[in-house]
Amino acid sequence: MSYIIKGDTGEWEVVIGLEVHAQVISKAKLFSGASADFGAEPNMQVSFIDAGMPGMLPVINAHCVQQAVRTGLGLKAKINKRSIFARKNYFYADMPQGYQISQYDMPIVGEGILVLDMPDGSTRSIGIERLHLEQDAGKSVHDMHATKSFIDLNRSGVALMEIVSKPDLRSPEEAGLYLKKLRSILRYLGTCDGNMEEGSMRCDANVSVRPVGSTELRTRCEIKNVNSVRFVMQAIEHEAMRHVDVWESGGKIDQETRLYDSNKNETRAMRSKEMAHDYRYFPDPDLLPLEFDDAFIAGITSTLPELPDDKKARFMKDHGLSAYDAGVLVAEQENALYFEEAAQGVDAKLANNWVSTNLFGLLNARGIPITESPISAKNLGRLLQLISDNTLSSRMAKDVFETMAETGKDADAIVAEQGLKQITDTGAIDTAIDQIMAENADKVEQYRSGKVQLMGWFVGQVMKATQGKANPGVCSELLKKKLES
Amino acid sequence: MSLDKATVRRIATLARIEVPEAELEATAETLSGILKWIEQLAEVNTDAVAPMSGGTDLKLPWRSDKVTDGGQRDKVLANAPDPQDGFFGVPKVVE
Repeated sequence: MSYIIKGDTGEWEVVIGLEVHAQVISKAKLFSGASADFGAEPNMQVSFIDAGMPGMLPVINAHCVQQAVRTGLGLKAKINKRSIFARKNYFYADMPQGYQISQYDMPIVGEGILVLDMPDGSTRSIGIERLHLEQDAGKSVHDMHATKSFIDLNRSGVALMEIVSKPDLRSPEEAGLYLKKLRSILRYLGTCDGNMEEGSMRCDANVSVRPVGSTELRTRCEIKNVNSVRFVMQAIEHEAMRHVDVWESGGKIDQETRLYDSNKNETRAMRSKEMAHDYRYFPDPDLLPLEFDDAFIAGITSTLPELPDDKKARFMKDHGLSAYDAGVLVAEQENALYFEEAAQGVDAKLANNWVSTNLFGLLNARGIPITESPISAKNLGRLLQLISDNTLSSRMAKDVFETMAETGKDADAIVAEQGLKQITDTGAIDTAIDQIMAENADKVEQYRSGKVQLMGWFVGQVMKATQGKANPGVCSELLKKKLES
Repeated sequence: MSLDKATVRRIATLARIEVPEAELEATAETLSGILKWIEQLAEVNTDAVAPMSGGTDLKLPWRSDKVTDGGQRDKVLANAPDPQDGFFGVPKVVE
């Protein structure tokens, strides 16, 4: 799916690299013992380190280091056993130190790979440039006072992973897929909850354009802090069009930081741009190099879960699912777990249909996550077994599914209560058919003289006579035999 | 390496330090002097020496992931010029 912008002078392609800030899941902050939890009263989770008080020294949180390495391993990336913390200097009201402790030329994680699952079932590999650890800033609240901003430092010092892609993305759609896949991997690993609405995953997009066929990299613009996948895609689309317009009218793109306004669907330059890129990085003299050995890495490797790509491949191989179906099921670990439990001992495609269509439909309609599903994986699994062994027709199973969703009861109990057992006993069906044929001799005559579409009517009558419990397959087979004899 | 007035002005702006126009020349000379002194160190041949982060064998200390700090808003805000309902109040900064 190549994404081409048709300009007045020719065709253009877009070149995109994404920088994602992912908040590390940890109890305490990166360099202090204050809580990293979300939602506390303002300034209640602030140590003197986070407040930038003079003389305070940062001490690194071991778990945050493990989480960064774990994420690096999940991205099949090079882990650097020695990395350096640097100061990124700039002034902002919610950053009391006057600098952000980050990593510059020696990050903890180097090059890796992220595989996109394209809608047509194919895959595309996107390069990861690096991952580094850094501090988050505090939060500014601008709408509580006419002339003042209010600063809350609870978030100040919380650990972030900045994950930088190579400029390998070529369309807004690919950027969206990249974010979804990265989110999926982070959630599998348990290193970031991936919640863009709450700001625990934030994205900056670097965008440039070039004529189709060219391999040059033209001047890029960075679009800051776009807070949903949809807005990232819209911002890129808009920004790429703006570049094409500027180049084609003989202008030049300035390298600058821009803000996306989702209300107006436009980007605009930040006012403070002239100083924006002079961060004067230097190694933080308060922090020695971050070092660990192979055993440390091996210890983390041994606790990695099966990741989405491996799980998808296994679902395709072991369960015979299509790339698309497997991709949908593995995107969320909870969904994949549910599917595997429900699919035990039954046909995987049947299980996939019920999970992806009926169950996801139910969950979407009620707006609840799978972990709160009224139908447990075990109960759905039992329902699937009852379909597989012909106890229930698929129509009856849908009714049982509805009742399960309403009551939370298991399938066996519902079948027993409502007397729903499907009749596969040919004797009982035979009797019903004979009676119907005797009472409707005219219809039998019509069928025999060529009006074979009456078969549907006959099946319906048998179902009615058996209160829907007859197995439709057995039913039409027997009917055919009798009507055509 | 010696610094000109324009560079000093820019450094001062980045560091949020007010240097009066009349002092730029003198400040440039002082800073250039420091830079010359650092440049002398670069004359030492360090080809066979691995980069060091200090003169000792200290290792970076690590801390376990436990909440041991915080819950001290009054102390954190004690020196704030304009505390507001538990926040730091500052002149409006909005992009």
